[in-house]
Amino acid sequence: MNLFEYVRPASVAEAIAAAGEPNSAYLGAGTNLLDLMKGGALTPARLVDLTHLPDLGSIETLPDGSTRIGALVKNAALAHDTDFAKRFPVVAEALLSGASAQLRNAATVGGNLMQRTRCPYFTDTASACNKRQPGSGCDAIGGENRSHAVLGWSENCIAVHPSDFCVALTALGAIVEIEGTTGRREVPITEFFLLPGDTPEKETVLEAGEMIVAVRLPAEAAKLAANQRYLKVRERTSYAFALASAAAALTIENGAITEARLALGGVAPKPWRASEAEAALVGKAPGKEAFAAAAEAAFAEAKPSGDNAYKIELGKRVVARVLAMAAAGTPERMPALPASAFAPLPEGVVNV
Amino acid sequence: MSDAIPMPGGRNRFGSNSGQPLTRRDGVLKVTGAATFAADNHPDRLLHAVTAGATVSRGRVTFLDVEAAKAHPGVVAVITPENRPPLAMDPDEKPTRFSFRTEVLQDDTVRYAGQPIALVVAETLEAATEGARLLSPRYEEEPARHGFDAVDTYEPEAVGVGAPAKVGKGDVEAGLAAATRRVEVRYETPGQYHNAMEPHAIVAEWDGDRVTLDTPNQALVMSTGAFAAWFGIPAENVTIRSPFLGGGFGSKAIIFGGQVLAILAARMLQRPVKLALRRDQMYGPVGHRGATRQEMRLGIDDEGRLTALDHLTTSATSSFEEFLEPASNASLNTYATPALLARHKAVRWDIGTPGPMRAPGEASGSAVLESAMDEAAFAAGLDPLEFRLRNYAETDPASGKRFSAKALRECYADGAKRFGWAGRPLAPGQMRDETGRLVGWGMGTALFHAPMFQAEAKATLRADGTALVETAGADMGQGAWTALHQIAADGLGLAISMVEFHSGHSGLPDGGIAGGSGHTATAGSALHAAGTDAIAKLSELAVGDERSPLFGAGNVGVEARDGRLYRADDPERSESYAEILARAGLSEIGGAGQGARDPASAEERAMFSHGAVFAEVKVDPDLGQIKVSRLVGAFAAGRIINPRLASSQLYGGMIWGLGFALEEQAVHDRRSGRIMNANIAEYHVPVNADVPEMDVILVPEDDPYVNPLGIKGVGEIGITGTVGAIANAVWHATGIRARRFPIGIADMLTRPQAA
Ligand SMILES: Cc1cc2nc3c(=O)[nH]c(=O)nc-3n(C[C@H](O)[C@H](O)[C@H](O)COP(=O)(O)OP(=O)(O)OC[C@H]3O[C@@H](n4cnc5c(N)ncnc54)[C@H](O)[C@@H]3O)c2cc1C
Ligand code: SF4
Repeated sequence: MNLFEYVRPASVAEAIAAAGEPNSAYLGAGTNLLDLMKGGALTPARLVDLTHLPDLGSIETLPDGSTRIGALVKNAALAHDTDFAKRFPVVAEALLSGASAQLRNAATVGGNLMQRTRCPYFTDTASACNKRQPGSGCDAIGGENRSHAVLGWSENCIAVHPSDFCVALTALGAIVEIEGTTGRREVPITEFFLLPGDTPEKETVLEAGEMIVAVRLPAEAAKLAANQRYLKVRERTSYAFALASAAAALTIENGAITEARLALGGVAPKPWRASEAEAALVGKAPGKEAFAAAAEAAFAEAKPSGDNAYKIELGKRVVARVLAMAAAGTPERMPALPASAFAPLPEGVVNV
Repeated sequence: MSDAIPMPGGRNRFGSNSGQPLTRRDGVLKVTGAATFAADNHPDRLLHAVTAGATVSRGRVTFLDVEAAKAHPGVVAVITPENRPPLAMDPDEKPTRFSFRTEVLQDDTVRYAGQPIALVVAETLEAATEGARLLSPRYEEEPARHGFDAVDTYEPEAVGVGAPAKVGKGDVEAGLAAATRRVEVRYETPGQYHNAMEPHAIVAEWDGDRVTLDTPNQALVMSTGAFAAWFGIPAENVTIRSPFLGGGFGSKAIIFGGQVLAILAARMLQRPVKLALRRDQMYGPVGHRGATRQEMRLGIDDEGRLTALDHLTTSATSSFEEFLEPASNASLNTYATPALLARHKAVRWDIGTPGPMRAPGEASGSAVLESAMDEAAFAAGLDPLEFRLRNYAETDPASGKRFSAKALRECYADGAKRFGWAGRPLAPGQMRDETGRLVGWGMGTALFHAPMFQAEAKATLRADGTALVETAGADMGQGAWTALHQIAADGLGLAISMVEFHSGHSGLPDGGIAGGSGHTATAGSALHAAGTDAIAKLSELAVGDERSPLFGAGNVGVEARDGRLYRADDPERSESYAEILARAGLSEIGGAGQGARDPASAEERAMFSHGAVFAEVKVDPDLGQIKVSRLVGAFAAGRIINPRLASSQLYGGMIWGLGFALEEQAVHDRRSGRIMNANIAEYHVPVNADVPEMDVILVPEDDPYVNPLGIKGVGEIGITGTVGAIANAVWHATGIRARRFPIGIADMLTRPQAA
């Protein structure tokens, strides 16, 4: 690890001022950042430790009915907040399907949004990586890319965003509250993350020194609580990143879908809102046919970026399944294996 | 052997300690953090060493920025091939049977990614790490050779540790020609890494020409000689302390270059030096299970009997050393067949040298043998268990010898019963659970040889009635401290609480190798013999002394029990050890013992542990995710010293098998050859949620030939059988034979989806 300066600001303003210096990084729990520093993939000159800041650690319901989650709320604390989990079950399920209990106990909301890709060429400093070193090339292309993106990638970067939490937030239309030297701004999560294009090193709209102070879920998202699920397919039963995942929320009235929310994880450089699929669902009767059509719509633009064509087929199946699960209703209790293919399933959901 | 363990009446009369499910003696130390592992040692004036690893797989180092590294605050020395002090041994030499060619900065060649190309020593670990990073090496790179189809194969002389590369009997081609059905299949297994929880570490401290090493080691006394050879000092000048190992699995039996360099740095700088590998540094320099490609040909007659079995493995090794996964040899001892061929080819890749990893050869070989047998059973229209019973080997197929003991039929029966195997449909894709997930059942035969090495031990009876027993054994977490202690106490006729047990230090009598599933049998025999030797001496004192109630019992004999000697024909006449010693005016009396296989029984008998593993898997028919939902293993492995620990070993082995079947693999970049998942986030091993309800059945087995105590081993057999059972269950659920491990989601998606 390189020598770096450690700053522990007492206020958000101090933090922003400190992080405005070039080559600074905010430090949340460090579960991602410190690993990358130990491996030499990131070498910030200064760490601005956010974890001692006051007032960023609470979950509040605002007068307009929206819910505001402070950037320092721990992943586990959020998922286990009973009131929150009741109102936004898909978010809790997504959180609990990520990482391990120990990591969730430590990891912060802000850090989860800002975690970096697990593309092994990004981590491996001997590889060319446009994200780590702009203009150096992309060794994932033509390399070991079975878990890389099938949607939204560019010739410059084919990496996926690894977060589960963000997929659920994207489905529910969360808003990211940002603070910087020029003040506060709010950005819908769908616009917060950027596609790689020619600048894969630029992953979000955050400008130098800007920090996430909170994430807000709008009041209307809570109305979808009765029918929402997260499903994550992975290479082992737990403690693995998604090969393909999806968050779905539905409103079903009189036998027809009146509102649909769908976001995909593990398949794109950012948490992927599947708007065409959502549109395809509205007005349809919930059922295999509608879900299959939505799955097709969600991956209509997909193309393999390497040895990963299977993810397109897999992604479609994940979408069809998560929609069926959501249509069957949010379970009373969080399954012991959240978001797992092996969590209890309502009848008729599996293709026999 | 004069010091073979005397067993009254020729049968094992065993004391009260063995057979008890004692919990691990080291358990509390470990869960409270009081156990000191090698890297927990911090002698005064300690320096930290970090190796810089090559980032190319083949070529030459042309530049290292030594100045930048040296300029980093805290860096004390940078050792490269330019300035490395001389060593007493050529790095291509092999001082022991378990020595591999290794890298000690002998030149600027790079033979694999991750190979140490420099050593940076600093006042802190952080400074050494950053110093190593600052070296920013440059290379003259050559293309990496990797992949079975990318390089030529060659015919090796030996596989594993000195096993023949080709063994056979009968005429395989004739057997295949005569068969009514043939199964010809090709499977592949990837490189797998031991990933012991405790990374390799060493703390070296010199005192003149003596050196003390804190380092986890599976073969303490042998390793003193190996380390000594590097430094041109006598073996007795090397002391290794290895009280605890956080897992070894074969990777801590072999000395690697980094250890030598740390010791060298300590001598050069005249300060203690610690080197502790990072997780990623364990992918290359410290061995792995080599990748294999295996081709099997089975011939079956009308009755479902094998007419021929041909197992050809191509094993991958490094460009400069040979350790070839002896996978085909797994087919030598399991099924009866008139014609049998186990042969190996080899390929050289630009990788670190493979090495023995838990069940070397057997794990990969049995995975494929059991899968191929399953394919053959289906081809023959037979239930997989029935098919195996038809091909049951009454004598060892390879050698024709009788088995020392073989309770495999009982394993099959007990396992099948516990699992509920009866009624399994023959065809795949027939079973569903209540939610519609595909369900499959598979089985496999487990087999592992029951070797013994050489070990010595000492036992000392003390005036207060307690005893001390000593052997330089290794507890890697398998529970050796506990099981060996139990055996030692029995040898002395004492309750375990009266016996102090010393181990894990090279100054003690040679405890042999903790490997090959032979440690309990070997070191245990030595300890038991040492105890009985001490008791024999004590008896001599008593029976020859008129004042003893045992006087004159020389002919009828005495029995040692609970700290007393009893006349064999009259239990009313007895005397305590303490009384005998006190009367003789002795403060203690010592005995010595050895453990080794009796050559005569080795000549006459084939010796194996056996087992049968049954697996149930569930596969999501749409998503392809696989989960093992039940595992039952029934094992017959001679006398079980501690059923709790033995079961744990078997559970652990079976879970390892689950990882082999569904998760473990090193992913190499196809161009650079670098391992892209050299960390345990991305190199998957089973997590708790993967591990299903499991049953281990310890099938009673009395083996009078393996050793007088009747002990075999349980450390490795659990993997064998399990991999095949799971792969076969996946096929039974889905109809898909992936024929490539690990079996994953992408393999399952080829199954057409129901509408
Ligand atoms: C083994 C392993 C498995 C994992 N598995 C999963 C998984 O299955 N699913 C999943 O979703 N995640 C997974 N994770 C990732 C985990 O969720 C993240 O590491 C964690 O959420 C990061 O939070 P942190 O507080 O530790 O962030 P840090 O590591 O401290 O920071 C991460 C990044 O965010 C920046 N940052 C932190 N806070 C802020 C802020 N307030 N404003 C702006 N920038 C900020 C930092 O500068 C840094 O770039 C896994 C991680 C590990 C190590
Ligand atoms: S895919 Fe993106 S992150 Fe991965 S190597 Fe290419 S540029 Fe870097």
